[in-house]
Amino acid sequence: MNLYFRRRLVNYISLALSLLAMAFGLFWLLWILYTLLKNGLGGLTPALLYLETPAPGSHGGLSNAIVGSLAMAGMGTLIGTPIGILAGTYLAEFGHRGWLAPTTRFINDILLSAPSIVIGLFIYEVYVRQVGHFSGWAGAFALSLLVIPVVVRTTENMLRLVPNAMREAAYALGAPQWKMVLLVSLRAAKAGVVTGVLLAVARISGETAPLLFTSLNNQFFSNMNQPMANLPVVIFQYAMSPYEDWHALAWAGSLLIGVFVLGINILARTLVRNPSQN
Amino acid sequence: MTAENKQPKIAVRNLNFYYGNFHALKQINLDIDEGKVTAFIGPSGCGKSTLLRTFNRMYDLYPKLRAEGEINMNGRNILDSGVDLNMLRAKVGMVFQKPTPFPMSIYDNIAFGVKLYENLNKSDMDDRVEWALQKAALWGEVKDKLKQSGLGLSGGQQQRLCIARAVSVKPEVLLLDEPTSALDPISTAHIEELVHELKQDYTIAIVTHNMQQAARVSDYTAYMYLGELIEVGPTDSIFTTPKKKATEDYITGKFG
Repeated sequence: MNLYFRRRLVNYISLALSLLAMAFGLFWLLWILYTLLKNGLGGLTPALLYLETPAPGSHGGLSNAIVGSLAMAGMGTLIGTPIGILAGTYLAEFGHRGWLAPTTRFINDILLSAPSIVIGLFIYEVYVRQVGHFSGWAGAFALSLLVIPVVVRTTENMLRLVPNAMREAAYALGAPQWKMVLLVSLRAAKAGVVTGVLLAVARISGETAPLLFTSLNNQFFSNMNQPMANLPVVIFQYAMSPYEDWHALAWAGSLLIGVFVLGINILARTLVRNPSQN
Repeated sequence: MTAENKQPKIAVRNLNFYYGNFHALKQINLDIDEGKVTAFIGPSGCGKSTLLRTFNRMYDLYPKLRAEGEINMNGRNILDSGVDLNMLRAKVGMVFQKPTPFPMSIYDNIAFGVKLYENLNKSDMDDRVEWALQKAALWGEVKDKLKQSGLGLSGGQQQRLCIARAVSVKPEVLLLDEPTSALDPISTAHIEELVHELKQDYTIAIVTHNMQQAARVSDYTAYMYLGELIEVGPTDSIFTTPKKKATEDYITGKFG
């Protein structure tokens, strides 16, 4: 009975500590959301979506920054995703023997934890300086370098969750390896792989550092060959400015990014939860 | 070879198998007759599944596994390095312990294998899918939901789907690796009836932990222990008058 009581006690204490830790984390998250809503909600007007970023004192919105962010994050994802999925597939399905896969995995892990400002500087050196100007493409390239390691890692992990019995079943029918991988493994891991891509999108959506050296900013709409406006850098500049109306726009932009990233994360969660939907 | 003019479908000669340094199969000699069901029984780890997995060279997928000796099928040693493994596996179908439906529709589960080696038009493919599902006694239960995911079926149905999938490519040999060990008694009975039906067209090798099952479904039974083939013969005589003491001890439950 003594033992029973002690176990119950330890159970309650551990449970209380876990709950406390959860509440601690949740507290900050909710505070952040509250702050964003309190300061940003007032700035959320339709004008935000159709007016360009203004000069100080004039009326304006964030349309060019929103479009720029979407364009660069979109292109970055588009460039990084195929590379990431192919590399992750190689690691999980083909790289069982030899040194190439372990080496790639190691380098990918480094890339995964590389500070994003280093990625920005790298693109600045190899691309921006070569073409002579900041551009949306440079920003997209920098973001794609952030997408790749995330997608590689999740793709490999998700493929490893596919039971080997399923692979054997495909082989047992006489399927060559590439068909097995394409039609069975990747298909079984589909939801997980898509989730990885979504998490990568969420990761790059708020990145400022790699864009400072690559796309910089632009007060107006631009194409991908020119310096391009984007939400994170606009927020950075406007928040540091002395103007009240710029502060309001920075808060509105922060709220947009916050809600966007939260939405993507929730979407990713629901995808993982229902993996059997075909 | 005996004077009988009927050649065995699979003739195993001096087969040794190694997992790295572990000697898992020792000097196996065995004939598997065409159109018969041969059951492999024995305690866990005796090498039944290992032996089965040499018949389609499934072990080849993994490093450090190797087989020595001969396994002759259709006059050719399938252990030769020149053998096309995909073609071999298309001829030697396999069903595994756990049902392994692919994450696609019931229809596509069947069509997957067929498409690998045959180019059928839509109506021929429809016919083949129905034929395979009929063979596996599953057609009646799924004919109205062919487009639904194979993962949505019950365990027993999934296993019959896997049998249908294996049958659909019209193999010559069917390997069943403990096909009912994850199933309830009713599903097991279904599968056993199926084995009876299928042996008219296929040579079947089945590994089972269940001795009653071996007695029910097989024509020949092979008893294995610690990587050796102890005794093989017609199922009736193995279960009534085994020649070796070890076999008798196992089937009477004194051991194992």
